[in-house]
Amino acid sequence: MAESDNIVVETAEKIFADLADPQTINNDKKGAWQAPLWQALSEAGLPLSWVPDDLGGSGASLADGFALLNAAGRFAVAVPLAETMLAGWLLAQARIPSPQGEMTVVPSSPKDRITIDADGTLSGRARGVPFAKTAKQFAVLAHGKEGISIALIDASKGRIESGLNVGYDHSDIVTLDKVQPVTIKPAPDGVTQTTLMLMGGVARSLQIAGALESMLDISVRYSNERVAFEKKISKFQAVQHNLARLAGESAAALAAATSAADAIANATSFNDEIYLEAASAKIRCAEAAEKGGGIAHQVHGAIGFTIEHILHRYSLRALAWRDDFGSESYWAVELGKLVASRGADELWPLVASR
Amino acid sequence: MTAALRFDPIRLPEKCEQLRKEVRAFLAEEIAAGTFDPHKPNREDTDVPEFSRKVGARGWLGMTWPKKYGGQERSFLERYVVTEEMRVANAPTRRFFVADRQSGPVLLKYAPEHIKMEILPRICRGEICFAIGMSEPNSGSDLFAAKTRATKTDGGYLINGTKIWTSSAHIADYMIAIFRTSPPTKENRRHGLTQFLVKMKQPGIKVNPIGQITGQYEFNEVVFTDHFIPDDHVLGEVDGAWKQATSELAYERSGPERFLETYYVLTELVRAVGPNPDTRSAEGIGRLVAQLHTMRRMSVSVAGMLQAGKEPVVEASIVKDIGTVWEQQLPHRVRDLAAFVEETATNRETLERQLDFAIKTAPKLTIQGGTTEVLRGIIARGLGLR
Repeated sequence: MAESDNIVVETAEKIFADLADPQTINNDKKGAWQAPLWQALSEAGLPLSWVPDDLGGSGASLADGFALLNAAGRFAVAVPLAETMLAGWLLAQARIPSPQGEMTVVPSSPKDRITIDADGTLSGRARGVPFAKTAKQFAVLAHGKEGISIALIDASKGRIESGLNVGYDHSDIVTLDKVQPVTIKPAPDGVTQTTLMLMGGVARSLQIAGALESMLDISVRYSNERVAFEKKISKFQAVQHNLARLAGESAAALAAATSAADAIANATSFNDEIYLEAASAKIRCAEAAEKGGGIAHQVHGAIGFTIEHILHRYSLRALAWRDDFGSESYWAVELGKLVASRGADELWPLVASR
Repeated sequence: MTAALRFDPIRLPEKCEQLRKEVRAFLAEEIAAGTFDPHKPNREDTDVPEFSRKVGARGWLGMTWPKKYGGQERSFLERYVVTEEMRVANAPTRRFFVADRQSGPVLLKYAPEHIKMEILPRICRGEICFAIGMSEPNSGSDLFAAKTRATKTDGGYLINGTKIWTSSAHIADYMIAIFRTSPPTKENRRHGLTQFLVKMKQPGIKVNPIGQITGQYEFNEVVFTDHFIPDDHVLGEVDGAWKQATSELAYERSGPERFLETYYVLTELVRAVGPNPDTRSAEGIGRLVAQLHTMRRMSVSVAGMLQAGKEPVVEASIVKDIGTVWEQQLPHRVRDLAAFVEETATNRETLERQLDFAIKTAPKLTIQGGTTEVLRGIIARGLGLR
């Protein structure tokens, strides 16, 4: 499903096809692919898609940026593109210009909190921060006595405990201990930690949906090649029905994620309807990552379990993305609470709001 | 790349929201007047002719059809809004539902002009009820094994044989059925079936009710004995019904009725747990709502494709596969979550009564209108596997 209808996605897909081919990356044990890919993405202005021109970015629309993230998911792109885009978006909310180079957002979990001390420095601990280890700068959302602020800090000022998620990408613990920000400004009304988590969640949803599209694609292709019991395994009804379910999970993930992206791109504020869209996307895409990824592996058999095969680049990354910006369990509890507080007779009006 | 399974986000236009308000107000009036009880999906008498006529009078039947046949020339998205609001309110739609969704569009496409002029306006007025004659005792999912014969005679056909599992045949005025006009050929086993418009309540048709495990009598056996059908009641090509079946499926399989059949138990669960649910209930409800929301967005997206003149058969099959499996599991998940609802919850009895009915309803949901197995076969074909 690589047809693209906008120039941002078209540009990105060319770069991904040239420099982020999953098989080439999988064969490259030294990570030599990373620098050229990041350089090409940066030269095209893609990491700062959501930063207006006057703040150092390329000023793409939210919709184009979301479509770009979906494309990145289709290639299982393993550089901090989504993270830098989110960081740039967060900084732009407070009119803070974005620097060049890799960034990530702190915190990356709804349960962690960074606070502003009396002297204006930032402190706190954030777990599961994607690509903190390789980021040059952090975009931070912090809580102070005066309310919420957005800050840019040098990554070198934080303490990083390095870790890897199940997709083998960096997912690190960042500890800030009275860190002096480069810039700090109050967040505008309506930009809260919840807003940031919902934006991050929708970004991850689009990436998961993209990964599932590719998993469906390579699974169908493999089933049409692999012969067992003297026929292509695609001719076995059990395999066909598994792949039909994978298509359903892939379609559901894409529908949920693109619906949420469309809702946010056209919203004036993060109201209950947007909350439903974004939380649902993260919940449903995470469920699809488990169910759909499981089928992709089942179809591939043992070969898909090898480190040489590209399937794990999609399947494990999709599973890992479930954890960022609030897991599906977290959002399900929060969405359930919202639904309960609105009351039984307000459930349908919420669901049918769009 | 694999077949493009896109479900583009459709935003319902503003006029849909106005229409939604009108439908809700109408349903609230009918509930207040005692026409039906939204909390009782299992009421004995689901056929309410006067309700059907009122819906027709509002212009909500045959909404997308040409005005000269009594339609409103409104969009599929507007029809979608009416359909989902009726379904969620548990409104008694039995009398008009099949005609509005399926039979009318078939007549529009294949019936001769004078039949269209005679019948379609009556559907729009909510006066007549349709049934679908597909399954037979030895032909269910395998549609093309149908044996009920239509033998050519002077001015028409004589019908002999039996249709079965025919919903609403006992109240229907018409049936759209497929009968065998020729044997299948060696090259094409689907050849030889013809679609007919059947006038019910006529000599040579006997309708025998069949009890269901829910305690209801919705479906029937319909026995034809030398029943005469005139030539102008042939719909489309003689022996060519198989070419006409596919476009119908997109209408039949993607609507809100394909995931909202047991929705009422979710509403009652939310009522039972109250405004401050424990973590377990909150998570359970949150997941179910996220799944529901996603299916609805997919289903609305298919309505948008229909509006754009496409035939999204594979997409519709995906919606029905995921939707019916979900609505089948829903009462069981709600039962899990309701296990710890306080004894004092004011709607506890309502919830238990509804669960009892929904659990009995559940098994049919993945069978009627195309089984899960058939749907997955269609999806697999769309993926290029068959």
